[in-house]
Amino acid sequence: MSPAPLDIRVEQLKDAAGTVVVTPSGEIDYSEAPVFREALRRVSEGRPAKLIVDLSRVAYMNTPGVATLVEALQLAKKNKTRLVLAGLTERVSAVFDIARLTRVFEIAPDRNAAIAR
Amino acid sequence: MSTPAHVRIELQSNPLYLCGVRDMVSSVARRLGLGEPAAAQIALALDEALCNVIRHGYDRRKDQPIVVELTPIGPAERAEGLRVVIEDRGRQVEPEAIKGRDLADIRPGGLGVHIIREVMDSVVYERLPEVGMRLTMEKRAGIGDRGLGPGGDRGGCGGRGAASPGSAA
Repeated sequence: MSPAPLDIRVEQLKDAAGTVVVTPSGEIDYSEAPVFREALRRVSEGRPAKLIVDLSRVAYMNTPGVATLVEALQLAKKNKTRLVLAGLTERVSAVFDIARLTRVFEIAPDRNAAIAR
Repeated sequence: MSTPAHVRIELQSNPLYLCGVRDMVSSVARRLGLGEPAAAQIALALDEALCNVIRHGYDRRKDQPIVVELTPIGPAERAEGLRVVIEDRGRQVEPEAIKGRDLADIRPGGLGVHIIREVMDSVVYERLPEVGMRLTMEKRAGIGDRGLGPGGDRGGCGGRGAASPGSAA
């Protein structure tokens, strides 16, 4: 089950908060993390008030992906953007648990819950 | 006396190949009956270790050799766990210097070694005699873990039944 290259959808919601939703689909590993990093960097340049990263379609993530999200969080704090992660699969959630990052990020159960926050 | 490896893979240090290696080791672990959680943890640890070899051992060069060996702990038909050995020809470091960062220090990077030590039961780094490093990791099936999850019933690998895994070394 070798994965296809990472696909990333960026969606600007028409809400008052100016929310942007980034939805990667695939596996975020050492090979694909730079693509994810670039997508998040481009979105962050727009300084949205709220940035949701919907991880429900990410079947696998290791530390290069986690490091990319930590970078995004640091940039979000600098830009006063509220970063919310949503829909972590069990496998991705386990990596966050081991790295003790579940309390560092704001994490919602799914995309809709993240939008409603 | 070490047991000869049952599976041996040689790959170049190109990140594009990591997905194939982790899929392979995960399949082998499930086929040996270790269960889905253990198989996923072994694949994650292997992936992190290979990332570290490429980044730190080879300074991200993509054409350098890496060898991965898999050996069941105990008979393959009744494996108690899996031993994974990774050898490279990259930069050497003192094994004692290989450690994860303080998790309270929130920053990108430095998590790979921590994850490897967390999910594997045994982790040993060694300098090879002249150049390169060897990492030996072991994961034993947990109590109640064997056979759990998809593929944990030894029926994986395309449903070829209970044929014994052969030696690919």
